[in-house]
Amino acid sequence: MRAGDILIPVIITAILLWGAVKRVNIAEEFAAGAKENLITAAEILPMLILLMTAVGMFGASGAADVIADLLSPVTSFLGFPDECISLAVIRPISGSGALATLETILTSVSPDSYGGRVASVLMGSTETTFYTITVYFAALKKKPDSRVFIAAAAADITGFIFAALTVRLFFR
Amino acid sequence: MIGKLIVTLMILSIMFGAAEGNLDKVSAAALSSCTSAIELIITLAGSMALWGGVMRVAEKSGITALCAKLLSPLTRFLFRGIEKNPAAENAVNMNIIANLFGLGNAATPLGIKAVKELNREHNGHTRRHTAMLVVLNTASIQLIPTTIGAIRMAHGAASPFDITLPILVTSFVSAAVACITAHALYLPEVKKYARR
Repeated sequence: MRAGDILIPVIITAILLWGAVKRVNIAEEFAAGAKENLITAAEILPMLILLMTAVGMFGASGAADVIADLLSPVTSFLGFPDECISLAVIRPISGSGALATLETILTSVSPDSYGGRVASVLMGSTETTFYTITVYFAALKKKPDSRVFIAAAAADITGFIFAALTVRLFFR
Repeated sequence: MIGKLIVTLMILSIMFGAAEGNLDKVSAAALSSCTSAIELIITLAGSMALWGGVMRVAEKSGITALCAKLLSPLTRFLFRGIEKNPAAENAVNMNIIANLFGLGNAATPLGIKAVKELNREHNGHTRRHTAMLVVLNTASIQLIPTTIGAIRMAHGAASPFDITLPILVTSFVSAAVACITAHALYLPEVKKYARR
């Protein structure tokens, strides 16, 4: 039993309690929020079927091992696990693709292994960079200038390096 | 873009599968992965619904608005001069809070509202502020990694949320790098306007 284990139930209870104090109709609002996310889950499913098929094929082909071998001088220097390379490649491009890749990684290695943890941290601390930039600048009806991409890429690369670094720091 | 990505992945799979002698495995994966997609959504749907509900209560009871107010000093530091545009400031605050609380559905519309407010009038800071907000949104700072916790739990992690702190540290560092890089890259432009 660690402090972290009790944190989540406490957060949920505290938020609902505060809602009750503020006379929010908890049941109704909870149901509305839950429904919204269930619809999201249903909406991403058709796309996820195609993506998981592509990612599954890619994983089974051994391509990731070949790419990992090519990149191994850099990745082994950084202590970046081989199994996470495909995730790092796909993460900035597609959110559901990254979700499918994380699922594949955690099926092949334990979530409590070094690689499993780095994959989880990588997934949680980076975003679908290119998609996000595209959406925001499309809304402004402007072309994103190159400096946005440079800043975002700097953040992504930092995220990849720190995912491996923090896992080694927190779990040794 | 996603369509091209899928086709590229499939072509690479067949090429590498043939080269590495893994075509049988590629074939098996092509036939069975659709089931994994359904399983994954079943794993995630419960957790997504739970947090969607909880966070909606947080929103309706004013917790998110309160947090947005607490964020103001940081926003004013990162987006210099934003206090002259209260609509933009509020939208930026709410966008960052929605990201922190994992309200993905709410974060993007709020972020778009924020960049539109920021671009309503043009000064030396406009482009830098826009870039700053976009890169903050690509850095994905989330207090509780609910989706990842759910996947880790499904795969039998001993303590599914034990990656929360490393995720937060990594997010904050990469967000800081994003802000510093954006700040530096747009500095010449800001100075040019200031001289006028």
